[in-house]
Amino acid sequence: MSRRVRGGLFWVAAPVFGFLLVWGLLGLPDFGDYRGPYGDLLQQVALPERHTPQVVGATTFDYRGFDTLGEEFILFAAALGAVVLLRQQRGEEKDEEEEQDHPADRQRRDTSDALRLLGLGLVGPLVVLGFYVIVHGHLTPGGGFQGGVVLASAFVLVHVAGRYLILQRVRPMPLVEITEAGGAAGFVLVGLGGMIAGSTFLFNFLPLGEPGTLLSAGMIPLLNISVGLEVAGAVVLLFSEFLEQWLLRGRGGGA
Amino acid sequence: MVLQGVLLVLVAVGGATVVLVRDPLRQAIVAGVFGLLLGVLFFAFQAPDVALSQIVVGSVALPAMIILALAKLAQLRGSDE
Repeated sequence: MSRRVRGGLFWVAAPVFGFLLVWGLLGLPDFGDYRGPYGDLLQQVALPERHTPQVVGATTFDYRGFDTLGEEFILFAAALGAVVLLRQQRGEEKDEEEEQDHPADRQRRDTSDALRLLGLGLVGPLVVLGFYVIVHGHLTPGGGFQGGVVLASAFVLVHVAGRYLILQRVRPMPLVEITEAGGAAGFVLVGLGGMIAGSTFLFNFLPLGEPGTLLSAGMIPLLNISVGLEVAGAVVLLFSEFLEQWLLRGRGGGA
Repeated sequence: MVLQGVLLVLVAVGGATVVLVRDPLRQAIVAGVFGLLLGVLFFAFQAPDVALSQIVVGSVALPAMIILALAKLAQLRGSDE
């Protein structure tokens, strides 16, 4: 497609698109004008029913917990798929390459001291923050997903600041895989607990506790923890699989 | 309302900047900053949960993955020559 045709196409499409956009925007409800009944209803029942002030958490992990189960397994399946696809390729590469250049040597090359110091200084606070966000998911904004990614980012920082060899010691892959699978299984097991307690799947069967304390809201903290483990495991797994892809083929080496 | 307005303008500018920066490596960094801006915007609109999700995905996970992919691509290109 030549430049002129492209330009012409743009100038025909832009007004149509712009008109539709403005038209749609004009039809939106006013700012702050909420129309559904469910949000208002949940605002009123979440605290008395589930002993948690975090209505968003109560919705995602209790009232609509089954949705979250699906979302968790989407991530699980995505990470699993990436691992399966990339591992096959890794086998091939190893046969061809025969360890002629060591990834660790290459890694040592261009990390500056400032970056290393800053990164290593941030790892500890990030781990604490990650766990904090996960276990306070039923009290403050945040929860398993956000905390899980924060935890995983601490591992990424270990790589950025440190060396590949250290990273391999810090992230033993079987442990990461077990963490991910265990988190995914934990959610289902907590859900089954509701059935064992004599009700439906994901029924909140645990004691609800004092509202606003760490041990409250029944099973919501447990679900947050399992999602946190699953997400942290999945992100670390994805990151290190991609990283491995990069390290496998040396510049001018394997390929 | 003023705060939200200012942030909306900043997000618009940020989004345009991501598109206008043509070098992919810089684009990854700018996209991370843009993700952070979006998170602040969500926070200003009183959605702290969504803001946190946006920040961890938009300015942690996404740039990291893009940079890894770029590193791999540069490697493949280098070995072709």
